[in-house]
Amino acid sequence: MKIIKILAASAAIASLSMAANAHAGKTLDAVKAKGYVQCGVNTGLPGFSSVNSQGKWTGLDVDVCRAIAAAVFGDASKVHYTPLTAKERFTALQSGEIDVLSRNTTWTMTRDTSLGLSFTGVNYYDGQGFLVKKSLGVNSAKQLNGATFCIQAGTTTELNLADYMRSHHMKYQAVTFDTSDATAKAFDNGRCDVLTSDQSQLYALRTQLKNPASAVVLPEVISKEPLGPVVRSNDIEWFNLVKWVGFAMKNAEWLGVTSKNVAEMKKSSNPNIQRLLGVSGDFGKMIGVSNDWAYNIVAQVGNYGESFERNVGMDSPLKIKRGLNALWTQGGIQYAPPIR
Amino acid sequence: MAYVLKERHPDLPPPRSEVGVLGWLRRNLFSTWYNTLFTLVTAYLLWLALPPFFEWAVLHAHYAGEGRQACAGGGACWVFIGDRLPQFFYGFYPAAERWRVDLGFALFVPLIAYLHLPRVRFKLWVGAFTLFVYPVIAYYLFAGGVFGLPAVPTSQWGGLMLTLILAFTGIVGALPLGVLLALGRRSSLPVLRSVSVAFIELWRGVPLITVLFMSSVLLPLFLPTGVEIDKLLRALIAIALFQAAYIAEVVRGGLQAIPKGQFEAAQALGLTYPQSMALVIMPQALKIAIPGIIVTFIELFKDTSLVVIIGLMDLLGITQAALNDPKWLGFAAEGYLFAGLIYWIFCFGLSRYGLYLERRFHTGHRR
Repeated sequence: MKIIKILAASAAIASLSMAANAHAGKTLDAVKAKGYVQCGVNTGLPGFSSVNSQGKWTGLDVDVCRAIAAAVFGDASKVHYTPLTAKERFTALQSGEIDVLSRNTTWTMTRDTSLGLSFTGVNYYDGQGFLVKKSLGVNSAKQLNGATFCIQAGTTTELNLADYMRSHHMKYQAVTFDTSDATAKAFDNGRCDVLTSDQSQLYALRTQLKNPASAVVLPEVISKEPLGPVVRSNDIEWFNLVKWVGFAMKNAEWLGVTSKNVAEMKKSSNPNIQRLLGVSGDFGKMIGVSNDWAYNIVAQVGNYGESFERNVGMDSPLKIKRGLNALWTQGGIQYAPPIR
Repeated sequence: MAYVLKERHPDLPPPRSEVGVLGWLRRNLFSTWYNTLFTLVTAYLLWLALPPFFEWAVLHAHYAGEGRQACAGGGACWVFIGDRLPQFFYGFYPAAERWRVDLGFALFVPLIAYLHLPRVRFKLWVGAFTLFVYPVIAYYLFAGGVFGLPAVPTSQWGGLMLTLILAFTGIVGALPLGVLLALGRRSSLPVLRSVSVAFIELWRGVPLITVLFMSSVLLPLFLPTGVEIDKLLRALIAIALFQAAYIAEVVRGGLQAIPKGQFEAAQALGLTYPQSMALVIMPQALKIAIPGIIVTFIELFKDTSLVVIIGLMDLLGITQAALNDPKWLGFAAEGYLFAGLIYWIFCFGLSRYGLYLERRFHTGHRR
């Protein structure tokens, strides 16, 4: 009897979990029905997702959510944000609590294949880098033999550093701190020669130094951290929409379409621009939205370059250089397939 | 004979070194050589720490201005706190609707005040209203969606408001449940007793942080699609159940301190079990348990800050979010100091309230 009961219980659980995975293709309809996009973001990461004093979310990751809303509703403000910690982010997406996860999530093989989730692209190429005092006279990580490193607790940072130093036959000393603030303070007070962390983080930490101009970020990037939006794998329609929202922003930058000139650009004779802005072709229909989807994105959120500069680049306090995140035409690796 | 003193000699004043400031210093700070040593070392440490802190927090601090440019010097940047003040209190609650939060908490004050008046009528009814009806009113006031109030989803609740909601719900939910569990644990019915023991030991055996993780990460995966329990509600239930187990043990301590004669006397008077508990045992047991209950509540108030790890923006969460605004990077000390001060005010208030309760219910046999 007992065994039968256990079997029955597990069958019930199994059918429940199957039901959880059986809502393919419905995300866009559900989003349209409720009237907003539910977007999972970081609880606070400078430049990527943070709240300003008016309670408005801003940042590079937040702009992805706003662009999706602009494409679906023609109104970038129709987003509800769910601030998520690193531990609960995938559950929130799997359980359907959010429609898209845009929370500086590194695209790895494990995550892409085993969670029932899919990455739609890369909106920021990050990687572990080094911040050094200018007075040290160092301009490459290869000259850091024997240096002392300030590390924020987090094992991958330490492991990456150990790998890098070992493969280059260099000796080093590590000093670990538990918060980014403590790490920056220690570096500021000369407790170590080098501060190592993800590059995006390094630029944020640099603004907290007494004299931010006295430190530089070295060109070497020793780990791959491609960050991008994530959706559930079982809804290819929604996956395509989120993917092409990202591509549209990059294509807009490539074609020189900005939030300022987008209205004039509608009259452009360039067929690429015409297709992007919905003047010709039926491209919006292919992803289930209106044909002026990309027009709305660029008009309300801006193209990729504008979003980058406003949130993390030269127009922001972080002053991150485009680097890998420049378009392929300008020495970076941000590339988008054509809209045709 | 003139050398026999007829009147009582007037009392001499105590020696100068035993009264006044000097006497107090002598009694409390310099009574023995090691106390003197500790006093001197402490005074030296304070002298090292306080002036720089005072200089940073008050003298060189920046109080007014726009943006972080106003905080160019070395002192504390209270401009940052001022800029964020509404957010620290209300989270992302829409500015136009904040009066609802104010009203909700303003309703609470007269209710509590009435309950503290000695010998007034309808106290039981007012108490029941505060425990059972007020939370419902407050919920609809905060959440809206009825009576023409615009709906404000719980994801927009935050700051001190959320901390107070978590603490109040935790207390209101945990106390009755805890009392029932304590009674259940001492019950002579084996099923009731073992269920209570299992519940208490299970919840006391896991850390709150684990319970919150379970509620936020695992529970949604077990629920069928479409069934979504609000994240805040999940946290509230988790906190209330968790604290109930602790309250149960505190109350059980109070129950065990009641002499057996009290139970027997109640029975001899012909009181039923509920009557003897409500009229004889519980009033005494709860009185004894007050310090323990207040300690548990203070812990609960501080433990609410753990909801940060499930992404709820309580006072600590909103502080951390504010610290990550790229326009205001690097003011962690000010932010945490402010949040700490608010926590301290409430915990200190709770602790004084506990002392007041102890004095008020003091009936002469202090242990």
